[in-house]
Amino acid sequence: MTEVLTATQPVRLKGRSFLALVLSPELPFADWLKRLDDLAARSAGFFLQRPIVLDLENLDIDRPQLRDLLDQLGDRNVRIMGIEGARPSLLGADMPPAMTGGRPASDFEAPDADTPETAPARSAASARRPEWKPGRTVPSIIVTEPVRSGQSLMFEGDITVVGSVASGAEVVAGGSIHIYGTLRGRAAAGSMGDESARIFCRRLEAELVAIGGYYKTSEDIEPELRGQDVQFWLEGDSLLASTLT
Amino acid sequence: MGKAIVVTSGKGGVGKTTSTAAIGAALAQRGEKVVVVDFDVGLRNLDLVMGAERRVVYDLINVIQGEAKLAQALIRDKRLETLYLLPASQTRDKDKLTQEGVEEVITALKKNFDWVICDSPAGIERGPTMAMRHADVAIVVTNPEVSSVRDSDRIIGLLDAKTVKAEQGERVEKHLLLTRYDPARAEAGDMLQVDDVLEILSIPLLGIIPESTDVLRASNLGTPVTLADKHSETAQAYFAAAKRLSGENVPIVVPTDRRSFFGKFFGRKAA
Repeated sequence: MTEVLTATQPVRLKGRSFLALVLSPELPFADWLKRLDDLAARSAGFFLQRPIVLDLENLDIDRPQLRDLLDQLGDRNVRIMGIEGARPSLLGADMPPAMTGGRPASDFEAPDADTPETAPARSAASARRPEWKPGRTVPSIIVTEPVRSGQSLMFEGDITVVGSVASGAEVVAGGSIHIYGTLRGRAAAGSMGDESARIFCRRLEAELVAIGGYYKTSEDIEPELRGQDVQFWLEGDSLLASTLT
Repeated sequence: MGKAIVVTSGKGGVGKTTSTAAIGAALAQRGEKVVVVDFDVGLRNLDLVMGAERRVVYDLINVIQGEAKLAQALIRDKRLETLYLLPASQTRDKDKLTQEGVEEVITALKKNFDWVICDSPAGIERGPTMAMRHADVAIVVTNPEVSSVRDSDRIIGLLDAKTVKAEQGERVEKHLLLTRYDPARAEAGDMLQVDDVLEILSIPLLGIIPESTDVLRASNLGTPVTLADKHSETAQAYFAAAKRLSGENVPIVVPTDRRSFFGKFFGRKAA
């Protein structure tokens, strides 16, 4: 039977970054697991409800060893959401997915025996996005060539493109996006949740623009803005646009 | 040492093979030693357009696999002494195109020819990336319509990322060849304007080839357009493109609708 899609409301896809706890096991695993048990004994439920990533960088192990380690962690109620730094050949389909592109954050403090139940408060804090600290310079890159169709430009800070962004190309920035040319493809600013990010372009022909997960396709963009120099910003949960001149 | 040129586009049917044959024959008529190489393994066409389909014994894959020597696979054109064809295999698997094998063949050809012109298959998979990998110069063939322009844009991105030159931090010299340009439709506004295409792709223009029945007629005869009727508008446009490729400064002329007043009224077919 043919399935008929009647929903006119599109599915909204959002990006969001979370702070995950990274475990770096050391060989031999038996000793390391023992130390882990000691830590867990001091604070029951430390690993509960936490996103945990396993970092296998510089570890020379094979797949059975990894599977055994995952089972051991599973027995301790440590649920691994992803594996970082592993050779692709090491990972099986039944294992957590490989994760790349992680950026270091401040170390977690291991709980000591005096404050046993801090887990709920911490998990709430871990879900909050990192706050901008005054005085910290926001990293930015400048691209002096056109972004071609099929190319994807991603950067955690601001992106400036001196040239055009082609149809079928995308620019994804953690901060704002400045395009000194025609924006024909997609631009997503504030992709890590920064709702103060903006998008600027010399000429708007975009397929899609997004800030902080809120997006507009070319059909939703006011037709009179086409071909104009335009900026986009977010107010509450509405994505607004106006000409620059 | 000769130059390796890849004729590529991303999209199919835009005129890569026609342009390869036409520019190859145009350069050879200037007395330069030219070889045209078909990379479209499994769907070869260049042999037909060159009129050499009955003379293919060995092909590119045979050479790469060591089953034949390069000299055995090269077919010399019957009309032009300095024009050669290296055909693709019609029956073999395109996975037999190995990086090392292709490099060896291109290097050997560059030693013996002034121009090595590689006719790329459509798409962005193994065949096209192998054809572009060792290129010094790229001719990006584009029709003045949106899908062709976007595919060309994608290919230009790949030329800047997946070629040996790009990996060494150098740049592949890129030229735009605008083909199947229909002056009547351009005037009616049914096609992208030349300036629009240039603005989107932002690479230098090598030439504008008008849409013409000469092209179809020439391919059916197995003759490159620049050999079939040297005075036709299409052939002239290809000759000019070949001159620009050799570094000559030839002004670019945008083809115009040259039909007479009555031709405009009576020359159109009923829909």
